[in-house]
Amino acid sequence: MKDFIIPQFAPGDDRDMGTPARLGAPVSLLVDGIAVTVPEGTSVMRAAAEAGIDIPKLCASDNMEAFGSCRLCVVEIEGRRGTPASCTTPVAEGMVVSTQTARIQRLRKGVMELYISDHPLDCLTCAANGDCELQDAAGQVGLRDVRYLPGDNHFDPSGTGARSQAEARLRMPDGVANPRWTPKDDSNPYFSFDPSKCIVCSRCVRACEEVQGTFALTIEGRGFGSKVSAGMAGDDFLSSDCVSCGACVQACPTATLQEKSVIELGQPKRSVVTTCAYCGVGCSFKAELNGDQLVRMVPYKQGKANHGHSCVKGRFAYGYAEHRDRILKPMIRDRIDEPWREVEWDEALAFAANRLKGLQEKFGRQSIGVITSSRCTNEESYLVQKLARAVFLNNNTDTCARVCHSPTGYGLGKTYGTSAGTQDFDSVDHCDVMMIIGANPTDAHPVFASRMKKRVREGAKVIVVDPRRIDMVRSTHIEAAHHLPLRPGTNVAVVTAMAHVIVTEGLYDEAFIRARCDWGEFQHYVDFVRDPRHSPEAIEALTRVPAADLRAAARLYATGGNAAIYYGLGVTEHSQGSTTVMGIANLAMLTGNIGREGVGVNPLRGQNNVQGSCDMGSFPHELPGYRHVKLPEVRAIYEKAWGVEIDPEPGLRIPNMLDAAVEGSFKGLYCQGEDILQSDPDTHHVAAGLAAMDCVIVHDLFLNETANYAHVFLPGSTFLEKDGTFTNAERRINRVRKVMAPKNGYEDWEVTQLLANAMGADWHYTHPAQIMDEIAATTPSFAGVSFDLLDEKGSVQWPCNATAPEGTPMMHVDHFVSGKGHFIVTEYLATDERAGPRFPLLLTTGRILSQYNVGAQTRRTENVVWHPEDVLEIHPHDAEVRGVNDGDWVRLASRAGETTLRAKITDRVAPGVVYTTFHHPSTQANVVTTDFSDWATNCPEYKVTAVQVSPSNGPSDWQESYTEQAERSRRILPAAE
Amino acid sequence: MHANAPAPTEEEIRALAAPLASLEGPLLPMLHAVQETYGFIPENAVPVLADILNLGRAEVHGVVSFYHDFREAPAGRHVLKICRAEACQSMGGSALAEATLRKLGIGWHDTTGDGALTVEPVYCLGMCACAPAAMLDDRVVARLDEARMDRLLSEAGA
Repeated sequence: MKDFIIPQFAPGDDRDMGTPARLGAPVSLLVDGIAVTVPEGTSVMRAAAEAGIDIPKLCASDNMEAFGSCRLCVVEIEGRRGTPASCTTPVAEGMVVSTQTARIQRLRKGVMELYISDHPLDCLTCAANGDCELQDAAGQVGLRDVRYLPGDNHFDPSGTGARSQAEARLRMPDGVANPRWTPKDDSNPYFSFDPSKCIVCSRCVRACEEVQGTFALTIEGRGFGSKVSAGMAGDDFLSSDCVSCGACVQACPTATLQEKSVIELGQPKRSVVTTCAYCGVGCSFKAELNGDQLVRMVPYKQGKANHGHSCVKGRFAYGYAEHRDRILKPMIRDRIDEPWREVEWDEALAFAANRLKGLQEKFGRQSIGVITSSRCTNEESYLVQKLARAVFLNNNTDTCARVCHSPTGYGLGKTYGTSAGTQDFDSVDHCDVMMIIGANPTDAHPVFASRMKKRVREGAKVIVVDPRRIDMVRSTHIEAAHHLPLRPGTNVAVVTAMAHVIVTEGLYDEAFIRARCDWGEFQHYVDFVRDPRHSPEAIEALTRVPAADLRAAARLYATGGNAAIYYGLGVTEHSQGSTTVMGIANLAMLTGNIGREGVGVNPLRGQNNVQGSCDMGSFPHELPGYRHVKLPEVRAIYEKAWGVEIDPEPGLRIPNMLDAAVEGSFKGLYCQGEDILQSDPDTHHVAAGLAAMDCVIVHDLFLNETANYAHVFLPGSTFLEKDGTFTNAERRINRVRKVMAPKNGYEDWEVTQLLANAMGADWHYTHPAQIMDEIAATTPSFAGVSFDLLDEKGSVQWPCNATAPEGTPMMHVDHFVSGKGHFIVTEYLATDERAGPRFPLLLTTGRILSQYNVGAQTRRTENVVWHPEDVLEIHPHDAEVRGVNDGDWVRLASRAGETTLRAKITDRVAPGVVYTTFHHPSTQANVVTTDFSDWATNCPEYKVTAVQVSPSNGPSDWQESYTEQAERSRRILPAAE
Repeated sequence: MHANAPAPTEEEIRALAAPLASLEGPLLPMLHAVQETYGFIPENAVPVLADILNLGRAEVHGVVSFYHDFREAPAGRHVLKICRAEACQSMGGSALAEATLRKLGIGWHDTTGDGALTVEPVYCLGMCACAPAAMLDDRVVARLDEARMDRLLSEAGA
């Protein structure tokens, strides 16, 4: 018996196992004499990989189904004829596999020789040198010669029989052109496609289909003429359906699809695993570097939120970190009409601290406040709210979640007892019906949308409730079972009508409700929804949703198996945002869709750390862990930890701060990593509030729009330059790791600490791990969290404490956090924002794939090729009656303000509804949005604004005067020598 | 439809193809219908068929380009497909094919100058027992020799 050494793989191991994992009964076999037991359905290739044996392969990868085309992975199996491909051969009990017989080695060499006969011999000057699977496979099979004479090929542009492209270039002057050779396609800003290096393994095509779900690529032609093609004849990558997610680049075994950054900078030699700082999916990435130069971001296979997938933002749009607009030195000025003055950190901090202290002395303790950022880490948000509570001694802390998911916190808190989504992302793999309400995942949460689309292709049904025909309604290989194109602002009526159908048709899950919910409240709720005024027929005129469709959708949700609800800001950003959240929670309880895989209520969080910033006590009424400041026992914990007395009264919310500023009682603001001028509604009001303050401190990467009204600018650090944690939409706490030193000198948490100390505090954190320890020590749902645990496990989902030491992927499994689930009556109340004769259309706002939020980052990357400006989507009918043509400038006016932008005529929006994004400050869509907000949480009503659209020939007065003011306020005087 | 006819509009293609959408495996029948009606697969048909079937236009392009039978440009008034598979070759098919092309003064896949005839290679018409064989438009002809070929050519007006 041989003495085998079975290799042990570390948890961070990201080897390619060749084919996807399977679930099934155990099957035992022998691979090269090593006994392996794997689940039934596993390929021989994967079983060998489990035993530590790498079978050479080119067309197989473990994130896509086996394809069996490259013929390199052949093996011999006792009792079977021939040499089957190990990737497409499933294991069988007692199988005896040999991967390295003389016959197999000969075959592999022959196959490899054929591949190389149509591949240029330019390895040393190739961008993939050192990271090329073709090169590795040639080395592994021991290829030593290519006996074929130069002949028909795809790689030699000269057509002279050159064996490398270098040689072809030398011969080119009198060479003969090769009709099979195709030039490089450089149309995508981030990667190039060089067909001359392609081995036609189809991995890119399959990655685009299976992983991303876009189907932008194909194999054109057949036989030797086969080639990869983006789109159809005449298309290049940019004009094709490609969304630049990078899955094809990741899948390519050669340099055919290659990041331009690698072509320019060379192969990275060092990598750090960290977390993307864009949306709430929270993808794990490997930042790959040479020295402190970032070469590329590669999605990390072991990342539990993304499983190795990425989108155009996280994968490629990091160039803002080195953009020339980035400010690296602190700046101050006395008044906002003065130019900025560059100063040293000490002077800037002393200036800020003195002003803030002076304001508190003159106008009282409540006259200043902070805004924490959903873009910064948990540790940074925690410190900023601690600054308000322990140094300013008030509760004037708020966060941008105010303007996005605050109704989620309120609504789910009231019904289920906790302010978070119920599932992990993996749960979608078990779902049979997904109801998507007011969310546009293919644009705003693209990596998770790919998971959803995959599940839909496997047979799950989709219900979309959205005024716009989003891609989840219909796009390549996706077709929703029901699209309910409701009138903006009528969410509550639709959700309540669904409950009406479920109750009156007896589709509710009585056993679940009796066991898990408050029965008395349920009966009260049933009496409410049973009322015929909530029937789909009764609300049809109001919501414009055909009653039959609504009934069918409700039946499908209630009876279609595991039904999960995914929702976004189209639910929350309404005057009845909190009510809709509660209505959604009711639907899930009513149908028993809570507490197991494939179901639940899942808010899709907009920003990377919006969950975390809420968890960290950023709201004016809550200390970390969603505990009210009124509760003396909670205050006691922090009073002991911080050695101060905490104000028992809730502080000001963002809109209240601005109102108070206009009134003159609120004078100073420390705003970290947020651009409230561009992102918050009713820009005129925000501008008036900021202009009325005496000390606005902006802590950011760029002179953002808010900074036009600031007195102190503290340069921020990017996510690449700091340590900490982000918490994603599934409550997953992911590590952010510093991959380079902060270019501005300090990580953001250090700056907050410096400011606190300049105001007289005595903080001495030396690493964010210590801040997390303080959070864990004071917050029950984080009690078990530490950087050590995160480094060991990769990530954990809160609650993580003594009862769930490794975190909680799914909430409310046996009982609700609040004990019993609470049904809450959801009465529809029309918003005061109504279309009328002056403003007959309803504006709703959203996002686009390539841009992120206010665009401060993505506008400073090549992503602008996909979306250079905000446009107004308008239905052909509405455009026609206004004499608006596609591409015309139009004036968009509401009672709050007006702006101009270009029109895009499309039937994606219903008649009477117009839609735009808010990524560009030159448009400032929020000049138009109003100050109406959610009744419970003040979350602004971005999604409904009554507007009028008319032809225009240029920017509005506000746009012109704002541009002028912005230019004036961005002047910088260099530091005195 | 031939080279000088106006290209079909998207609406015309949709009207032609949409009724076939409920067939099992509808893309090939749609492509056949388009080719039958217009003589080729116009470029603007690709996104229309993709939209009807909810496929990527790359996928439709992949299918069209895979099958030699689908033409991306109009053919001559008649199409002659000469078999070049083994049985026909062994019965003098290659020489006959070359002589035919020489006579017409064109190469494979080309159309005669007057637009009368396009010649294409085909690999096996299932007529091996009576090789060499060819196909003029929809009609299979076998036991070809130069005289019979000439008759076919004059029938096609070439």
